[in-house]
Amino acid sequence: MLGYILRRLAIAIPVLLILVVLSFILMYTAPGGPFNSDRPLPPEVMANIEAKYGLDQPFWKQIATYVWNVTTQFDFGPSFQYKNRTVNDIIAQGFPVTLTYGFWSFVIAVTFGISLGVAAAIRQNTWLDYTAVGISIGAQVLPNFVMAPLLIMFFTLYLGWLPGGGWEGGQWNYVILPVTALATSYMASIARITRSSMLEVLNTNFIRTAQAKGLPKQQIIVRHAMKPTLMPVLSYLGPAFVGMITGSVLIDVFFSTGGIGQYFVNSAFNRDYSVIMGITILVGALTIMFNLVVDLLYAWIDPKIRY
Amino acid sequence: MLLNRNAVSQLEDVPIEAVKGRSLWADARARFFRNKAATASLFVLIALGLFALFGGLLAQYERDFVDFTLIGSNAYKGVPSIETGHYFGTDSSGRDLYARVVQGTGISLMVGIVGALVAVVVGTLFGASAGYFGGKIDNVMMRFVDILMSIPFMFVLILMLVIFGRSIFMLFVGIGLISWLDMARIARGQTLSIKNKEFVEVAVATGVHPLRIILRHVVPNLLGIVIVYATLLIPSLIIFESFISFLGLGVQEPNTSLGALISEGAEQMQYGLTWQLYFPIAFFVITIFAFFFVGDGLRDALDPKDR
Amino acid sequence: MALLDVKNLSITFETPDGDVEAVKGINLSIEPGECLGIVGESGSGKSQTMMAIMGLLAKNGAATGSATFNGQEMLNVSVAEANKVRGADVAMIFQDPLTSLTPHLTVGQQMREVLDVHRNLSGAEAKKLCLDWLERVRIPEAKHRIDQYPHQLSGGMRQRVMIAMAMLCSPKLLIADEPTTALDVTVQAEILDLMANLQKEENTAIALITHDMGVVARMCDRVAVMRHGEYVEEGQIDALFHNPQHPYTRMLLDAMPRIDRPHEAAEVTLTQSENILNVKDMNVKFDIRVAGGLFGKKLPLRAVDGISFDLARGETLGIVGESGCGKSTLARAVLQLVPPTTGSVLWMGRETAGLDRQAMKPLRKDLQIVLQDPLASLNPRMTIAASIAEPLKTFQAELSSNERMHKVAEMMERVGLDRNMINRYPHELSGGQNQRVGIARAMINRPELVICDEAVSALDVSIQAQIVALLKEFQTDMGLSMMFISHDLSVVRDISHRIMVLYLGRVVELADRDTIYTNPIHPYTKSLISAVPIPDPRIERTRPRIQLPGELPSPLDPGAGLRFLPSKRHCDPNYRPQLNEVAPGHWVAEHDSLEEIMETEARQLAS
Repeated sequence: MLGYILRRLAIAIPVLLILVVLSFILMYTAPGGPFNSDRPLPPEVMANIEAKYGLDQPFWKQIATYVWNVTTQFDFGPSFQYKNRTVNDIIAQGFPVTLTYGFWSFVIAVTFGISLGVAAAIRQNTWLDYTAVGISIGAQVLPNFVMAPLLIMFFTLYLGWLPGGGWEGGQWNYVILPVTALATSYMASIARITRSSMLEVLNTNFIRTAQAKGLPKQQIIVRHAMKPTLMPVLSYLGPAFVGMITGSVLIDVFFSTGGIGQYFVNSAFNRDYSVIMGITILVGALTIMFNLVVDLLYAWIDPKIRY
Repeated sequence: MLLNRNAVSQLEDVPIEAVKGRSLWADARARFFRNKAATASLFVLIALGLFALFGGLLAQYERDFVDFTLIGSNAYKGVPSIETGHYFGTDSSGRDLYARVVQGTGISLMVGIVGALVAVVVGTLFGASAGYFGGKIDNVMMRFVDILMSIPFMFVLILMLVIFGRSIFMLFVGIGLISWLDMARIARGQTLSIKNKEFVEVAVATGVHPLRIILRHVVPNLLGIVIVYATLLIPSLIIFESFISFLGLGVQEPNTSLGALISEGAEQMQYGLTWQLYFPIAFFVITIFAFFFVGDGLRDALDPKDR
Repeated sequence: MALLDVKNLSITFETPDGDVEAVKGINLSIEPGECLGIVGESGSGKSQTMMAIMGLLAKNGAATGSATFNGQEMLNVSVAEANKVRGADVAMIFQDPLTSLTPHLTVGQQMREVLDVHRNLSGAEAKKLCLDWLERVRIPEAKHRIDQYPHQLSGGMRQRVMIAMAMLCSPKLLIADEPTTALDVTVQAEILDLMANLQKEENTAIALITHDMGVVARMCDRVAVMRHGEYVEEGQIDALFHNPQHPYTRMLLDAMPRIDRPHEAAEVTLTQSENILNVKDMNVKFDIRVAGGLFGKKLPLRAVDGISFDLARGETLGIVGESGCGKSTLARAVLQLVPPTTGSVLWMGRETAGLDRQAMKPLRKDLQIVLQDPLASLNPRMTIAASIAEPLKTFQAELSSNERMHKVAEMMERVGLDRNMINRYPHELSGGQNQRVGIARAMINRPELVICDEAVSALDVSIQAQIVALLKEFQTDMGLSMMFISHDLSVVRDISHRIMVLYLGRVVELADRDTIYTNPIHPYTKSLISAVPIPDPRIERTRPRIQLPGELPSPLDPGAGLRFLPSKRHCDPNYRPQLNEVAPGHWVAEHDSLEEIMETEARQLAS
């Protein structure tokens, strides 16, 4: 088991390094620096600024310094746009917000999705099944950027029940709409995958054996069918995680929640490279860590994976 | 059971009145058209395509014509109406929404179809060669795909759009860069399993030329699954593009896409100009729905599991 | 009163192409302690009958009629009602032991839950009972095995676990659905013995569903023959085997290849001098990745481990052996589909080992192969005519398409296919028809050698007999040589002139077809032959069985090669038993006597 984890890590670390180096090269080759604004600055001011951010150094030295700082001190350097703030400050401010509603969205998508899928599969071809299938097909064509305006339209403008934006330290009524907008389509996908996976598992020979043994239905589902059902769900969790992180950008922008996504988009418009890179690398690291967790879950579900 | 030999020689001159067999394609077509949702969706897609191509001919206004008379009175003069010729009303700057929706639908469809074409060409070639050659080549090629897939691509794409400037061309490059990854995996898996099928082994044993094996035995059996996944890829790419455009980082004015239109509509909904949100969303949802249903129908019709 | 009484049972399946009646109003009964055989070919409804009784029909299936167990109705009752009986008084085991156990639960967990549900037994008491049963079904090291997952057990062992699990609550009726079809013949024999013992000791009635008349003859007291969902004939075992009334039963019994009474092989005059194929000391090694170390490690698997043989023009060489003996790899290495690691293959006196694709191509015209799965060996996107014509395109490219089609049509008639089927696709044909297509494709260039790799193993007995007859006919007509590979010793005896027995990549015995059956010398050959069931209850009752101790070892196990020569193990563990000619044309590998082997094995178990 330890060997397995080590092997996955051995793959994950180079990937992260490649991501860091790649984004740095992208940024370095960018036509026009971050300080080329509409009003050209006097050359001596420009030189001053470049010296301050180390942009006058040769390429290899810049990249080495950057990689070194990122990997050893988790230091993504100063922001090019906000004068007295570092990228780390920005992340420290925005990340907890993103983490909060991201966590709830993920938990809701997974638990509701799996429950809905399982229920639909066990009661195949009943109203419950049809409802679940209907919901999941419907929700699949409503990605977060369609969901978000529709939710605000309905719950904020029409009913006036919930606030249409802001965060206010994460009070529950400010969290509901972002979480719903972010979670719905993933919940729907998870429900669909779970349902078809469960139906497939229920047709396997070992379920037939369990039935022939005279086990109660509930026990068959929970003990025998559940783990194999989760296999394809697990392999969807990786992409779903990436999708939610990506979606959080939109949620931050649309609901003004103040998470890292808002800073990301602002930086994108302002060419604040260091912030974009910092957030990209952070997100990459999170994704890779998450995939590692998924791999471990695989080993837990399938006893055959014991390298 | 067997014949006598004289019969054979007599048969020489008898024309063969062969029974026409139904190929798997014919079977699949029959199964597809038995699926009502899929068939209806196919017609919807054709209608959408015609709308995007020729819908502009019906428009009463150029799509970039700004109706200055409406400024300040958009809310009651810009409502959808046949009389004014603004079938879908006007947008916030007084442009004809119908003409804009025609263009948005066109661009969204194009993004999806071009992306899927790239995926089919690059992904299938890449995956099929990895699967066909196998061994170390396969290992290196698929590790490469794994690495690319574990990177949160939306962030990298946004980084690229920021650095190289926002343009439709960059958007296509970005979408092309990621769209082929899944296809490559699918094509590889399928090729591997076809390569190990007994009919390929027999063909090798009979001395059939490798090129002919690829063309006659591998590709036709690969085609079904490639078509299915290409169809299912189109809606995800449309969603992908709309997401970026929603953030304002995709298609730039005066061009537009459904995502950009939804974004604009969402900004206006608090002023009660709801048609600006509803028309783009309706077209978006119908498009995605139709692609999903056609894709599902194709999968049911072509799925090798069914055989 | 009968234990199980089935009256007027019908089963219908709803399919997209309309309703299909799989079982049409059958009656059957099983007395306490008796073994009833239900025989039939695929699609006869024999399994569905029992599935319906157990409440295990697929969702689109519906059953009518009645089935009472101990006077209690079993058909169409609620799940809760059925669960009082199934697993407790009626237990069932299935064909495929590889997929019939839950992969993520240990053997012990799966067994204990039966006791928990039906006997309210758990903890140490339950564990003890499970261990007892694992030992009774003769699972070695049961204490260790009980905590293992199914994938860590061999196929035979998993079927034993299935049986132990079924027997936990001492059921009155055990339903066995093709319990040994997926197993090797020696393992099959052991499982059958085990079931026979349980029947005797526990007085458990057995309903044995099978397609194999030999298994029926060995096991059953009474037989029911089914065809197309109906009962054809039913009777006491001796009466039915020796005086079958219905023509279908007679046909089944005749079609069944018998190891003790083979059909004639194709008549050819063999001239040993004219060897068309000489294989010398062939080795094929694969690297298998196994667990261990940080990145796993590679072990060499010797799939073919030094095999030599000759083949004369017009001769059929039968190659038999159990799974993992390397028989399929040998076939592919002869055809250079898998490159032999070392050794030589002389085809018509010419060395072919190591030839590249270009150099090999002209030879392929005369070397053809027919594989096991008829459907999988045809390209589903090509018409059968296109498949048959493909070798013509490769080797007689000068033919016009009209000429080609005529040749194809002619060959189709020749293999017994209607020429009107020329535009059909493989999925529209039955298994037997598809195999005829495969044979037509192999024969169309009039080859010198055809290798049949389990070519009839996937077919029903009646079809099997027709295909074997067809192959023999081609052989007499064209003077063709064949390598006939099969795990089924009876079929091999039917068609071969000489037979070679393989064990873990090596030849253990090679002799002409009669000698090897009447006078086998190697203990492995003896045990193989004695394990094959003969469709004659009288012979089965008196026939002695030669049982080898232990399981079929893994080819990766380095000591496995000396299983029959344990005396050499101490001197040189890498020693390979050599072949000796004990009589003209009769080669036997070195081995210890059966007693010595038994003794060593026993000593090893004890230590």
